[in-house]
Amino acid sequence: MSRSLRGAAAIVGVADACSPTGELEHFGRDLETRMVLEALEDAGLGLADVDGICHAQSAMSFAEYLGVHPRFTDSTNTGGSSFEVHAEHAAAAIAAGVADVVVSVYAATPRSDRKQGRSFGRVPPPGPNPAAEWEWPYRLRMPIGPYALAASRHMYEYGTTSEQLAEIAVSTRRWAELNPRARFRDPITVEDVLASPMQCSPLHLLDCCLVTDGAGAFVMTSAERARSLRKQPSYVLGAATCHDHMMISQMPDLTTTPGAVSGPAAFEMAGVKPDDVSVLLGYDSFTITALLHLEDLGFCGKGEGGAFAEEGRTAPGGQLPMNTNGGGLSYTHPGMYGMFLIVEAVRQLRGECGARQVEGADIAVAHGSGMVLSCMSTLVLGSEATL
Amino acid sequence: MSDRAVPDPSPASAPFWEATRDRRLVLQWCTDCDQPVQYPRSFCPRCHGSCLDWREASGQGVVHAATVEHRPERMGETEHYAVVLVDLDEGARLMANLVGCEPGEVHVGAPVQVTWEPLEDGRQLPLFELRRG
Repeated sequence: MSRSLRGAAAIVGVADACSPTGELEHFGRDLETRMVLEALEDAGLGLADVDGICHAQSAMSFAEYLGVHPRFTDSTNTGGSSFEVHAEHAAAAIAAGVADVVVSVYAATPRSDRKQGRSFGRVPPPGPNPAAEWEWPYRLRMPIGPYALAASRHMYEYGTTSEQLAEIAVSTRRWAELNPRARFRDPITVEDVLASPMQCSPLHLLDCCLVTDGAGAFVMTSAERARSLRKQPSYVLGAATCHDHMMISQMPDLTTTPGAVSGPAAFEMAGVKPDDVSVLLGYDSFTITALLHLEDLGFCGKGEGGAFAEEGRTAPGGQLPMNTNGGGLSYTHPGMYGMFLIVEAVRQLRGECGARQVEGADIAVAHGSGMVLSCMSTLVLGSEATL
Repeated sequence: MSDRAVPDPSPASAPFWEATRDRRLVLQWCTDCDQPVQYPRSFCPRCHGSCLDWREASGQGVVHAATVEHRPERMGETEHYAVVLVDLDEGARLMANLVGCEPGEVHVGAPVQVTWEPLEDGRQLPLFELRRG
């Protein structure tokens, strides 16, 4: 059965919070609520318009806090890609008439929590836990360890080098230099990345994303309603998701993510090819993560990601502007970064990005990666001209 | 490595852990599609059959992917250690530590064999070491 969400819905409001210090004043429900209100304000809507809530932990608890009684509810948690999945579900719900105005929100403040000794408890998974039996005894550090294993395999199969991975961190930092809200803005070199302390080989400290506070929200409604709102709509052209494992020892192929399924499916729905993409927001939890996206989304062939990343191809002025906000590597990364991909995609399509604005951006891809390369969700957004 | 916490087996994995008491590596096997099922389950996730058996494994395999932890203190350890995915000759993939070698000897593609570390309850944890020579 084929289906299409193309042009049915649009993102009409966005908000995010982060800080060059990596810390935010507010946290928890308070911070989430601020994001929702800010995103609604951005759209020219109010809480009374909201009839759908997405939240990666508990949409019910958050809706109760807001005093909203949604008829569409989604607590899907696929890790960092949760918000791309929320966008896909919200577009489907809006297209089916199940909801009219859907909000997705995220907030996490790991940096401040640690500093202030805040703890919120953790719930163990129910029943026998395969990870506890088959992986945890071996002390693989999470989340970096699984990515290190994938990088080691990519190097073995395709000759990818640490220098090539470092190029991704360098190009991303060059975008962060253009973003006054980014956590780290000082230029770095390939040599800096290789000289940064080794963590889990072959990944160095500067191959890893940040740990910062951060929060964000988006508002989606029907294309029809979007046209009467405050800002230029960012239309959903394509959306698709795939997950193929939870534990890294169960990943079918350590060098090919389920983005090789979600990416082409979303592009096909959108009717676009990789060459048509103005801006790629590709989840960069680690440099290897972004490299795998380049291959799996078809910007280059399998095994060619290392060579593609060279020569600043994804940096300002390069052929494929990638992670223009500075990414998880240099902008912000509170744990589930996918929300910030969407926020930046929308801002690029609206032309709100100042010094880092990609000239004439009309198609932006937010490609979320969740858990340990486990769940990929690809969202293709476009301006009015692309409909 | 200090304090290996291994939970009680699930009903499906109990035969695996029982065999480790005798330092035997056994794999759940789907007799319908004739392939190992790792991790053990109540059915075969490949062919969805339920004819499951247990077979002795050779304990030999090849390192499929590898990482060395360079900040062991982050994990409550004092020495660098290697975590690997091993492809057993029988076709199953296991996570384990590669022990008895220097960090510089940890390579993808290296031939390895199983070795064992006793747990407090009499079970043994499978680990791997390099096959030398």
